[in-house]
Amino acid sequence: MIQLTEVRKYFGEKRALGPVSFEIPPGGAVGFLGLNGAGKTTLLRILATDLRSSTGEVEIAGINVATNPHAVRKKIGYLPETPPLYRDMAVGEYLKFVGQIKGLSPDRVDNRVREVEEYTQLTSVHDEFTQNLSHGYRQRVGIAQAIIHKPELLILDEPTKGLDPVQVLELRGLIMRLKEEHTILVSSHVLTEISQTCDRVFVLNQGELIASGSEDEISANLSGTYRIMLGARMAPDTRAEDLVHFVQGLPDITSVEVVQQDDQLLTLSVQSPTDCRGSLSRSLVKSGHDVVRLELGSNELESLFVELLGQKVN
Amino acid sequence: MNGLRVIFQREINAYLRSSVGYILAATVLMLDGLLFYTQALGPEAEARVSGQVLAIFFYTTSGLTVIASLVLSVRLIAEERQLGTQVLLNTSPVRDWEIVLGKFLAALVFITGITLGTLYMPLMIVVNGKVSIAQILVGYSGLILLGAAVLAIGVFATSLTRSQLVATAVGAGITAVMFLFWPLSTVVDPPMSRVLSALALHGRHFSGFQQGLLHTRDVFYYLAVTYFFLLLATKVLEAKRWE
Repeated sequence: MIQLTEVRKYFGEKRALGPVSFEIPPGGAVGFLGLNGAGKTTLLRILATDLRSSTGEVEIAGINVATNPHAVRKKIGYLPETPPLYRDMAVGEYLKFVGQIKGLSPDRVDNRVREVEEYTQLTSVHDEFTQNLSHGYRQRVGIAQAIIHKPELLILDEPTKGLDPVQVLELRGLIMRLKEEHTILVSSHVLTEISQTCDRVFVLNQGELIASGSEDEISANLSGTYRIMLGARMAPDTRAEDLVHFVQGLPDITSVEVVQQDDQLLTLSVQSPTDCRGSLSRSLVKSGHDVVRLELGSNELESLFVELLGQKVN
Repeated sequence: MNGLRVIFQREINAYLRSSVGYILAATVLMLDGLLFYTQALGPEAEARVSGQVLAIFFYTTSGLTVIASLVLSVRLIAEERQLGTQVLLNTSPVRDWEIVLGKFLAALVFITGITLGTLYMPLMIVVNGKVSIAQILVGYSGLILLGAAVLAIGVFATSLTRSQLVATAVGAGITAVMFLFWPLSTVVDPPMSRVLSALALHGRHFSGFQQGLLHTRDVFYYLAVTYFFLLLATKVLEAKRWE
């Protein structure tokens, strides 16, 4: 879907981004994480064809952005940090305008406006002027204008910025639903935002890409090990020490730590250089134990992020 | 062409719904009426023939058309940048010339509407004097062509900046210089005087329309000025779109 090769952006002498190279396949949601000034907005603006990169190549859906931006613009929907709303237009009228400039035919646009309003829960404010809307509704109108022409790629720059917790939850739900139909790029400096909505994370710092992958992959790459949370109901007459000893003896297990014990239910934190959840569960079941929890461990994004930035600074 | 049509419609609706549009129209029509009363129907009016009264009307109206065109045009693109809506146009599959032309045509229709609102004044001259409808049509053609040229200058000025104040200063500056070419042409020697009078926005090129005389040279001049500044505005927008 997206291919960036050695992309850099300079504002005067100052390097705002790059060199950045990556590839994003179609489907799912990708999060761009970084502190303020990390280069997230610059990168998203380049992908949204709002900004030209100083060097390097950007391809979206196989089309070179520099040589054919017009064709790329038909395939993207973009919500900048501040939704681009005309204050003198009502919501329905605005969405119709955006639909038309994005290329929807006049006979299709009215139906599409209705669909998008229902999808983003804007039907009740169809006739309201955008200047009279609350911040949450404005963000929703911003998302509605970005998806009105059913773009393949949806770019959302800090979509939850300034929203209250309830609005954040609502918008997060909306993004989760949009993931089913679009490839989504979301930027945020709120870690839980990215963690809960995105399948893949790109971490930016001072214009450079310092890590990428799923939360688990970043975690494994960072420490060189996978942390597996194992919950097991021990076989009758088995002591916790026996189970810990048993797990420690399995191949690829480097360390085992008891997290919690509740009668026969034992929770262990297991370190391994590989994702050995399959062999681990088979061995436990074979030995008569029940596996009630088995997941890659919660090196939470927040601590990973801090660790990543710490490494970079060091 | 779809982008042009949609932007044109949006701009027209924006004029019809904004108080600025109505205030501008009311101010121009009121001043025009007052000037017509004092200049054309004043104490010296009896000594004038109808053609002269009509020429004075078109002369005073041309000044107001120029000011109204500048006021209307300098917000066109600068305001989009100020409000953050330019990004919507930048990331949409709409060409730069469609943005420029859509906004320009909407402003031209609005200015034409205001100008035609003065029609009752020359019609009074028709009723009470001896001027032909053709003379009036030619005069109005001149006003609309002059308005189009100044609008194009304003669109160019507004494409340069996000500040409406700066755009106004640039637009007014270019217009003023092009107005001054005419008096300057009378005090310098040829061939400079010929060059300046050929480039002057008013004077030589508008006087024909004022008298009811249609010269293709003058029509071509105003169309060329309009095209030139719209082209410049498109190029500026093109360069700034990816800035």
